[in-house]
Amino acid sequence: MTASSTTRPAPLVAHGNGIANLPGHRVVLGVERPMPLDNGATLGPFTVAYQTYGQLNADRSNAILICHALTGDQYVIDRHPITGKPGWWELMVGPGRPVDTDRYFVISSNVIGGCMGTTGPLDADPATGRPYGLTFPVITIGDMVRAQKLLIEHLGIDQLFCVIGGSMGGMQVLQWTVAYPENVFAAVPIATAARHSAQNIAFNEVGRQAILADPDWCGGDYMNQGKRPRRGLAVARMAAHITYLSETALHRKFGRNLQNRKSISFGFDADFQVESYLRHQGTAFVERFDANSYLYITRAMDYFDIAAEHGGVLANAFQINGKVTPTRFCLVSFSSDWLFPTPESRAVVHALNAAAANVSFVEIETDKGHDAFLLDEPEFHGVVRGFIEGCAEHRGLVARRRGGQP
Amino acid sequence: MSPFDAVGADTPATLPRNGTGRRGDIRVDLKIIADMVRPGARVLDVGCGDGALLDHLAHHKGVDGRGMELSMDGVRLCVKQGLSVIQGDADTDLKDYPTGAFDYVILSQTLQAMRNPRDALEHLVRIGRRTIVSFPNFGYWRIRLSLLFQGRMPVSERLAYQWWETPNIHFCTIADFVTLCHELGVTVEQSVILGGSGGVTTHQSTGRLANLFGEQGVFLLRRT
Repeated sequence: MTASSTTRPAPLVAHGNGIANLPGHRVVLGVERPMPLDNGATLGPFTVAYQTYGQLNADRSNAILICHALTGDQYVIDRHPITGKPGWWELMVGPGRPVDTDRYFVISSNVIGGCMGTTGPLDADPATGRPYGLTFPVITIGDMVRAQKLLIEHLGIDQLFCVIGGSMGGMQVLQWTVAYPENVFAAVPIATAARHSAQNIAFNEVGRQAILADPDWCGGDYMNQGKRPRRGLAVARMAAHITYLSETALHRKFGRNLQNRKSISFGFDADFQVESYLRHQGTAFVERFDANSYLYITRAMDYFDIAAEHGGVLANAFQINGKVTPTRFCLVSFSSDWLFPTPESRAVVHALNAAAANVSFVEIETDKGHDAFLLDEPEFHGVVRGFIEGCAEHRGLVARRRGGQP
Repeated sequence: MSPFDAVGADTPATLPRNGTGRRGDIRVDLKIIADMVRPGARVLDVGCGDGALLDHLAHHKGVDGRGMELSMDGVRLCVKQGLSVIQGDADTDLKDYPTGAFDYVILSQTLQAMRNPRDALEHLVRIGRRTIVSFPNFGYWRIRLSLLFQGRMPVSERLAYQWWETPNIHFCTIADFVTLCHELGVTVEQSVILGGSGGVTTHQSTGRLANLFGEQGVFLLRRT
């Protein structure tokens, strides 16, 4: 495996037909046998778009899977092919970074239901040749991870050295450890929870209703009618974006500052900088994300509840045939995160303790809210680096000299 | 000078330095605790601080170690060096651990800072097949003299807090601790008494002399 080549900004993805132009690897899975889904249906054949960085070692023991969040994608450290912006986790992943691509073979894939190359509602249903739209099956975090497992098998990897991700990515990490405990040596669930809270389901519902209320959504069939529910999707993003920040961070960044004016306008223009900022977040998001994907992926988060599948007792999820999970865990939360607050992580830690699992847990002091996991937080990066290095020692992975290999 | 002080002060060789130490030597009381732990055991260090003991146990005794620490600074230090440590409050979080989950549970210099030491001790002996507890002895003669002659709460190098700022809210003497062990049906398998200036004795007594001359006590406990 070689690192993917650098990518250049590509034209906007126009419904369905631009996906083939996205850079990176692609594999078609579920060809011989469609993949079973949690809702009872099957999916297949389907495409998974993924990126890899670094080199897989001889005994295939140094693979790290990165799981992305709700609106993330596989371009962890590549320039984004649509927005042209730097990769979303290049502070965490790369040569010499905590997830060191000089030492580890790093894999990241777009989730199923997504819109960056992996099969989702925008893509053509092989049975009809037309875009799935709302005929795409309602998927779960478990289904996303099942698809990732098929990808890992396709890459010839039995056990991942580490699975790491934040927010919905953290849900996938937890799902990996529960569904495939023998295939995960170490897990880093960040700013996440073992179940989506009522408040978070509520926020997701606001976003979905904004999309559904947009006439251009066309009952989910906009892609066949040459339309896009831009307004609805933008409002969904604006509402969600607030939950990724904190009151302190918003105030520090914007206060009550006015946008390009000296006094309030007594109207409904974006008088305040914070309004202008949110509007920009909304419109920029629409350029790179599909509305139906947003519906499906938020729903997958809502349905996530590990304990519910284990007799209502979370600790049971970390017992395999009466034995404690072999995976080493490191959970991280952020003090000002009110979307996935520290008690959510602590609940997982308590369950892991009750199962006598090997677990570390750190709450990082920050005022940057949920988004802190994407930002420059040296303490956070130090913790992840230390945990991964400690696990590498236990796994018997020998550090390679930096700069020797491409 | 007490008989206990003298042992340590005159014969430091009774505590052999481990020349192979990866990160240097550890405190005398931690070394005593480490000596009580069987190689390869599963260990939970409650109130593990900066992880010095866990790190020592991992590298010199090959233990499978876990830690719990209240302070975030301590937890971050530990995890950064690859130790399995969680941020947690021993007063509330010990109940999560299953019975007999560890070969040893260690509570080092933390008992006196707990809101409910009795409950904590019950949990410790439940979670661990063996429990190791170390604490400062409030019956130590210097403390007694300080209170007797100055009439003030004692402040020493080891207990360097004024009464209004101290995290140590439940001081006890060695005699008090032994009494509590009896009440809880806990057997004292081994006790080591440290005199002033870090002097140590393998004195097995937990009686009046130990209570007077011991500045710290280290106890190896077992459920009866």
